[in-house]
Amino acid sequence: MKKPELLVTPTSVAHIEALLEAGADAFVVGEQKFGLRLAGEFTVAQIKEATALVHAAGKKIYVAVNALFHNDLIDDLDAYMVEVAKLEVDGFIYGDPAVIMACRENDITIPLHWNPETTATNWFTANYWGERGANRAVLARELSMEEVIEIKENANVAIEVQVHGMTCMFQSKRPLLGHYFLYQDKVMEVENRKDNRNMFLHDDERNNKYPIYEDANGTHIFSPNDMCIIDEIDELMDAEIDAFKIDGVLQTADYITQVTALYRKAIDAYVDGTYDDERDALREAVEAIQPAHRPLDTGFIFKETVY
Amino acid sequence: MALALQQNDKIRSLVDGKRVITKKPELLAPAGSLEKLKVAVHYGADAVFIGGREFGLRSNADNFSIEDMREGVEFANKYDAKIYVTTNIFAHNENMDGLIEYLQAIEGAGVTGIIVADPLIIETCRKHAPKLEIHLSTQQSLSNWKAVKYWKDEGLHRVVLAREVGGEEMRLMKEKVDIEIEAFIHGAMCIAYSGRCVLSNHMTARDSNRGGCCQSCRWDYDLYELEDGEEKALYDDNHEPFAMSPKDLKLVEAIPHMIELGIDSLKIEGRMKSIHYVATVVSVYRKVIDAYCADPDNFKIKREWLEELDKCANRDTAEAFFHDAPGHEEQMFGEHGRKTKYEFVGRVVAYDEATQMVTLEQRNYFKPGDEVEFFGPEIENFRVVIDEVFDEDGVSLDAARHPLQIVTFKCEHKLYPENMMRKENA
Repeated sequence: MKKPELLVTPTSVAHIEALLEAGADAFVVGEQKFGLRLAGEFTVAQIKEATALVHAAGKKIYVAVNALFHNDLIDDLDAYMVEVAKLEVDGFIYGDPAVIMACRENDITIPLHWNPETTATNWFTANYWGERGANRAVLARELSMEEVIEIKENANVAIEVQVHGMTCMFQSKRPLLGHYFLYQDKVMEVENRKDNRNMFLHDDERNNKYPIYEDANGTHIFSPNDMCIIDEIDELMDAEIDAFKIDGVLQTADYITQVTALYRKAIDAYVDGTYDDERDALREAVEAIQPAHRPLDTGFIFKETVY
Repeated sequence: MALALQQNDKIRSLVDGKRVITKKPELLAPAGSLEKLKVAVHYGADAVFIGGREFGLRSNADNFSIEDMREGVEFANKYDAKIYVTTNIFAHNENMDGLIEYLQAIEGAGVTGIIVADPLIIETCRKHAPKLEIHLSTQQSLSNWKAVKYWKDEGLHRVVLAREVGGEEMRLMKEKVDIEIEAFIHGAMCIAYSGRCVLSNHMTARDSNRGGCCQSCRWDYDLYELEDGEEKALYDDNHEPFAMSPKDLKLVEAIPHMIELGIDSLKIEGRMKSIHYVATVVSVYRKVIDAYCADPDNFKIKREWLEELDKCANRDTAEAFFHDAPGHEEQMFGEHGRKTKYEFVGRVVAYDEATQMVTLEQRNYFKPGDEVEFFGPEIENFRVVIDEVFDEDGVSLDAARHPLQIVTFKCEHKLYPENMMRKENA
């Protein structure tokens, strides 16, 4: 049986070493100027260092260029991709077709991973981007297990599915936190909280807490729960989903490392035939390290959505 | 305005020594029903976008059957107006069923084009309904000229830009890529990048990208921070809670600028809006575009146009990203919409010049003695106090109480069918 790639989001170069130790197969790096909601910031020099480290271990490294670009960044994007391509990274993660144009115009042949977040919802469109340079589709987090598997069965590109972590619910170009402080006449707060990543919105009716932060790409709001399907990987394994992603945005490096080690165990146990004996313990192990304010759920994998 | 006056031969020319605009943009209006479609066209829209029963993003709107679409197209053709159909969901696997037949039926109804976000629908349309133009929906949040060029290379006829794109960005897109550009000028808008918000999926299990959006962004939230495990409120009792509710877009004063930029289609949002709203907004923008194009050098925004737009507004308005990034004053805190200043009370069915009697279809309660205002494409707005009102049998009424009831009364000003009567809300 084929093992899916275990894809993780390091917070730093040093963290990559720990994650390799924990059993990660692939890494997402990048900087917020070009990439969305990354767990850490990596300059080009750090990407170079990280690439050497990852490749020495025989693993893969992908660079996120999945922002929604405006005209002002188009030239910078070209220059950045040309520079990063020289490092021979294993993929660029994109959502905006400007990235495809940058590859065409600069003869960049590094594979693309199509990741438009919320809008990767059917196999036809995954294949459409496949015909335009993508060799992988990163599926929307709002799909059910049945939908994920039907996409895999019909896709001509590799399929990546998030298995753990928070998911983004909302991105605005507007600095909504800064605006709220200004509305309250708190100019100082705007200055003080530029890099603050421990704020949340409380929804009284549902008693949910939604993490929220601002960066160069605007305002981002996240799911109230961390998805976790460590004890429910059976169908994804049987369908031979190509990559399992653990998204570590807004989590600590230690937490990401521990969760990575647990999913490593789960995947290996499934292939070894010992998963049924271990699944409950794996789930409990995640629960044991889960921050108090982050309940677990299974995302949309087992949830019905209407419209 | 200096920026707006740069020469561009494709847009303007000199006629008898006077500058005129030769490339008039399309005025594109929304219609949630056949009746609204007819009103939009009659009040001056060059094109109307409508939703079908499937594949569109307003599952709560009335929406059009294929038969309605055909009737709408026939009506629009008489005015030389075009009809576009929104098919801008991001489809899930199950939505592929019936897509080919649906697109072919739209094509067969004589519709000019579809507004699409998902390449599944783009490719299916190209293959199976090739007569339809393909316009990229704002759901793709198209924000840079390189991506515009991508879609041009893919053979699309038109792109609708993201709401986050400003005037200067539009200029570069027009310069770099030869493709029709459509931009929003008026109406409610997402505060998120369109397509990149799934608040509804999480909060109400309704898929926002398939028409289930329940506008959770406009709800109230309390903002906190976690400090050493303690939750600390970041709001105070003197202020309203955190919200993400943007003021509605109103670019009426930027229309000359947009015309000079060569924007091909100016779009009014609002398939869920009333016919009063559609008629009012369309007629104002019609006047602005026509006045500017006829004599750009002497153009001035008239106060009555702004007042007119205000009569059907249910939120404050702003110019969003057109000139610069919007500030906090372009959001609403603690406000959740309001009643419009005026309400629509009647539609003119006929006018008898000999007797000066107007025949009117009642749309809201009114009574003799009420002061009302008439408006329409053929007339200048005027106000009158309603005299005695009669039903169809000539029986005098103390009030017009019944929706769609046909009534008559005397009005000394000439009126035309489809003129509208509105009343100031108390």
